[in-house]
Amino acid sequence: MINLRRSTTVLAGLVVIPALLGPVPAMADEPEPAEPPRVELVLDVSGSMGARDIEGRSRISVAQQAFNEVVDALPETTQLGIRVLGATYKGENKKVGCLDTQQIVPVGPVDRSQAKDAVAGLKPTGFTPVGLALREAAEDLGTGATTRRIVLITDGEDTCAPPDPCDVARELAAQGTRLVVDTLGLAPDEKVRRQLLCIAAATGGTYTAAQSTDQLTNRIKQLVDRAQETYTRTPTVVGGSSVCEGAPLLAPGVYTDREKFSEHRWYRVPVRPGQELRASVSVALDRPVNPDYGVLLRAVATDGRELVRGVDAGSGRADVVSAGLRWSDDHEDADERDDADGSATTAATDPEIVPPTMVCLVVSNSFAPRAGTEASPGMPVELTVDVVAASPTPKGPDLGRGWVLLALLTVAGLVTGLLTGLLTRWWVATWREK
Amino acid sequence: MSVRTTLTRSLAALVAAAGPVALPATALAAPSDGPTPSPGAATVTRAGTSFLTATTIAAGQPVQVDASTGDYLYWSFTADAGQVHDISATVSFPGARSGASTWTVEVFDGLRRRQACTAGAQTPTADKAASSVSLGCTLREVRPWAEPWSADPLPGTYFVRLSVADVPEPDLGAPVEVELLVSADGEGAPADDGELAVPLVPNTRAGAVLTDEQAIAPVDDADEGSWLDDLLPALGSRWIWTSVGGILAAVAGVVGFALTRRPRRA
Repeated sequence: MINLRRSTTVLAGLVVIPALLGPVPAMADEPEPAEPPRVELVLDVSGSMGARDIEGRSRISVAQQAFNEVVDALPETTQLGIRVLGATYKGENKKVGCLDTQQIVPVGPVDRSQAKDAVAGLKPTGFTPVGLALREAAEDLGTGATTRRIVLITDGEDTCAPPDPCDVARELAAQGTRLVVDTLGLAPDEKVRRQLLCIAAATGGTYTAAQSTDQLTNRIKQLVDRAQETYTRTPTVVGGSSVCEGAPLLAPGVYTDREKFSEHRWYRVPVRPGQELRASVSVALDRPVNPDYGVLLRAVATDGRELVRGVDAGSGRADVVSAGLRWSDDHEDADERDDADGSATTAATDPEIVPPTMVCLVVSNSFAPRAGTEASPGMPVELTVDVVAASPTPKGPDLGRGWVLLALLTVAGLVTGLLTGLLTRWWVATWREK
Repeated sequence: MSVRTTLTRSLAALVAAAGPVALPATALAAPSDGPTPSPGAATVTRAGTSFLTATTIAAGQPVQVDASTGDYLYWSFTADAGQVHDISATVSFPGARSGASTWTVEVFDGLRRRQACTAGAQTPTADKAASSVSLGCTLREVRPWAEPWSADPLPGTYFVRLSVADVPEPDLGAPVEVELLVSADGEGAPADDGELAVPLVPNTRAGAVLTDEQAIAPVDDADEGSWLDDLLPALGSRWIWTSVGGILAAVAGVVGFALTRRPRRA
């Protein structure tokens, strides 16, 4: 009876297979917009770049040579821009000097000779307005769906703070566009290193202390290549709510959000019977926090029952802390409820309408800010949601496997054969005597 | 397809049953000298910087990449049920350093859940004078199936993250050379121990926020197609092992019976 009803469902299901794909993944299936990777190199041309301390050459000449080689090796599709800071103003007025940043090569398909000429003419001159240059560079790169990358090459501490370049970087990263700032330091100076490390951490970028021309060249090439390989993997921005009720409904895919210290962010995912929910979350440590921390991802039913949790904790240096979970409706239960529903509705020919279960996902963290750590904007959260076919418990018979089993069965058979033979002999012998 | 390969594999195993030597060889094979690259495998010279941008590598494919101290390097590889993966990495320091540093190789599954290492130096410390440090991690055997609530390793994508866990601040940004190799051991797992319907491969497409109507839109239950499977048990290698065992037992029984009769004839 049940099987008959099920087989009709199968037939009905076959007819409507295209509908199964439904509205849920259809949007995610669309290809990414064909947009070229966009990178901007931001070069410090402040007075200190004249110092001759890299292999006996001046920092600016090393940077210029590295730029030339990078421009030569640039992939065809990459759109590259070059911005300089501290390149023109020779005076002492800080107010004027701290506005000194220009884009010398606009972001777009690169004219190699023009770009090289523009870089070759640079002379170490003025102040170091890193914060302003970053903000302008982000503007040069424009907004869009893909990742933008800034490569910042500098030798000096920002002489124009406020704004603190690290705060600027965090603020830029928190805006809608995905922005990564990779930093290269040309001077072994503690303050510079701290500042560049802070900028890199705030945007998920890297910091390199350049010690030779080759190293600088290779690193910039690596960063430009990386921009080309990874720029399309950009998650959708979503804003989680503070309770489950009315939280954003998520289709399978990757999302990004921001979460403050001790904040809870709620999302909802519709999961149908026979489906399995998979979710993972990464919270980035984009600012200095106390050394011990953790992240908790819970799946909660709409009535507040906890279904499953994923948790991870860490201590010390890390870029992200991640946790993940799987959950599927208990299959037996789902079937029973299904059947109950089926018998209640008399028309067995109608395709079954199965309402999805709403599962709430809540992301929380146990980060503790250090003294002076900004709480806002929140830390970057990356949430991955997937809904796939459930994997029911295997229900095969209890069979065996392996050589030991074969040996055991053989010995058991042999013993049985011997016993049977001996018994037969004894029985035949006694029968003959009689 | 997988059933057929399991069948042929177990048949082959039975045919090749020349000696009892093969007993523990399948699952517990532990590499003694560390992994070696597959012949002809192209060297990977890249590394990703996040879970989303992790560089895909294959088992046996060597990785060689220049990086800076403090970088977080990500790679991903695919694992099948029954395999045991062994990750070995070497970090070399071309320049002088100001103090000892602790390096770490961490492994996460497709759901970014931390994976335990059963062996290997996962977080070694390189002292100030060392010119390189070796890291290693042997993962647990990948299970073919596990309950959703468990954290057992399952088939799918695995992420490797190599980073420095503790380092004197002046050493951050200094160049390092990283070599990494992932090797896989072990055969496939028997089909009757369950199967993960969809491997743990992360969905990396950009998500879409749904409206209420889209979320509760009626969708026909697609799961009911398995009623035939409910009747027929999954055909796996255990059936073959057990059947062959039965045949052997029967033959042994006849042999045993014959042994008791032979002296009478003689």
